[in-house]
Amino acid sequence: MPFVRTAWLAQMTKKTTIIPIGPYHPLQEEPEFFKLHVEGEKVVRLDIELGYNHRGIEKLSELKTFEQTVFLVERICGICSTSHPLACVQAVEDAGEVVVPERAQYIRTVIGELERLHSHMLWLGLAGHFLGFNTVWMWAWRYREPILELLELITGNRNHYGMMKPGGVRRDIKVEDLPAIRKTLVDLKGPICLFRDAVTDDPLIHARLQGVGTLTKQQAIDYCAVGPTARASGVARDVRKDHPHLAYGRVDWKVITRENGDVFDKAVVRILEALESIKIIEQCVEALKTLPGPVDSNPREIKAGEGIGTYEAPRGEVFHYIRSDGGNRPVRHKVRAPSFMNVATNQTTVIGQSVADATIILAAVDPCYCCTERMAAIDAGAGRRVWSSAELIRLSQAKTAQLKKEMGVEGPRLGL
Amino acid sequence: MKAKHMTRDELLERVKGGLGDKILRWTEKSARRIYVEVKPEDIPEATRFLFKELEARFSIATGMDTPAAIEVLYHWAFDQFGLMFTVRTKLNRDQPVIESIAPIFKGAEWIEREMWELLGITFRNHPDMRHLLLTDDWPKDKYPLRRDYVKA
Repeated sequence: MPFVRTAWLAQMTKKTTIIPIGPYHPLQEEPEFFKLHVEGEKVVRLDIELGYNHRGIEKLSELKTFEQTVFLVERICGICSTSHPLACVQAVEDAGEVVVPERAQYIRTVIGELERLHSHMLWLGLAGHFLGFNTVWMWAWRYREPILELLELITGNRNHYGMMKPGGVRRDIKVEDLPAIRKTLVDLKGPICLFRDAVTDDPLIHARLQGVGTLTKQQAIDYCAVGPTARASGVARDVRKDHPHLAYGRVDWKVITRENGDVFDKAVVRILEALESIKIIEQCVEALKTLPGPVDSNPREIKAGEGIGTYEAPRGEVFHYIRSDGGNRPVRHKVRAPSFMNVATNQTTVIGQSVADATIILAAVDPCYCCTERMAAIDAGAGRRVWSSAELIRLSQAKTAQLKKEMGVEGPRLGL
Repeated sequence: MKAKHMTRDELLERVKGGLGDKILRWTEKSARRIYVEVKPEDIPEATRFLFKELEARFSIATGMDTPAAIEVLYHWAFDQFGLMFTVRTKLNRDQPVIESIAPIFKGAEWIEREMWELLGITFRNHPDMRHLLLTDDWPKDKYPLRRDYVKA
């Protein structure tokens, strides 16, 4: 496949400049190519191109057994590496009417929430970096580290945990490991609360993020947005609450929503959700102390039929559909990641905003953003000028610095 | 009455009433999974009814090549009841054509583009039909998710 499609160059006029963002760097699952059409500083249109790293996972899955396919979908994304397997095994279990032991359901919940925690911390760090708050970036990732270490303790891996299988989980959580999990979570609460206060109370962050990249409630509904992207716009959808499964119906937690739909609200939703995740895991750990096994019902075969599995990934609902003809492989396996719905909302949120805000708006839906490694700004009048992604991020950081000067403030103080 | 204030039974009555004799088959696989089949020409109306009137959430659509037909499954979520409601329709394998639902709401645009390029389903009146995942010069009549696909 040719790497860059060039037909769009012809769309440029004297008045409009197109800034392409992407599509390289296949580190994560969705290298995307954003074409910002700008007039002066203002974005007037956004084109999104996908598919630069399409791996044909749905087709591949038809060649794998139901056990193998879980490992395949685990590799769709390194960050949501348990959300896809979770949705997948639930689709298989729905098709084959497989019962999952209670202890396995609690263990699945723990892994899923630890993943949400580290994913939200990752986003928080990146957002800080894009805005020029590199202290936030460093500290957010520093506190993501113990979560990854916990996952390593439980599953043997920092990512790609290999825990899910149709019928249960592959590994039990040892009772002697529970106190360590508890302690890490307790230690995390303080720092996350500090992040919460630093972000929600800081005038500079307000100036930078409030009213920026707004997705209205109606737009969220029309685009069928999911996850924090929808919840920040006042649409309270959350698979964990709406389609109660695993341990979510048996523990106490809240769905976090905000009303404004701007980048600020999306950030707040994620930080508050991290605290809810800790609450959920703590209750599960408590239950795991006494809950008897087994952790796997070991289904022998998946009978013919079709099934749907959904799970609330850190970015929103991940959807898997599986049809079985009674053999040991799926005859069709449909996968829909949350970003497929959320990234499209950028088409509306970025319109009318400045180029300096574009980076953080496009990042606010928490897409897999590594694809923005290279960008070129092409000026219709002056011929070609190529910028790097670093320059676009610098543009964003410069805006923060400018505001800092104008407002005479320092930016978030973490006091960690 | 707004859909969000209905009980599950009331909602299902509304669905049955609204879709009426469009329903060719109604399968309640479990309390949380319902599959119905309708004719291709009834899809736009069923979509409008589910999305606009009953405020169901469009989760995604699955296109699928089977020996008998090309199936399109529209997966709707009634989140208030944890219910996935799938509307199935079967298209002629030789000429799979169906009306686009993207004019009704934005969220269906990309998946129809995907089903077109991977399965060769024509979506009539789609507002922006072009390649989504495949490259622009992908050979015509080569659809990777068809059973009879040979490598391009």
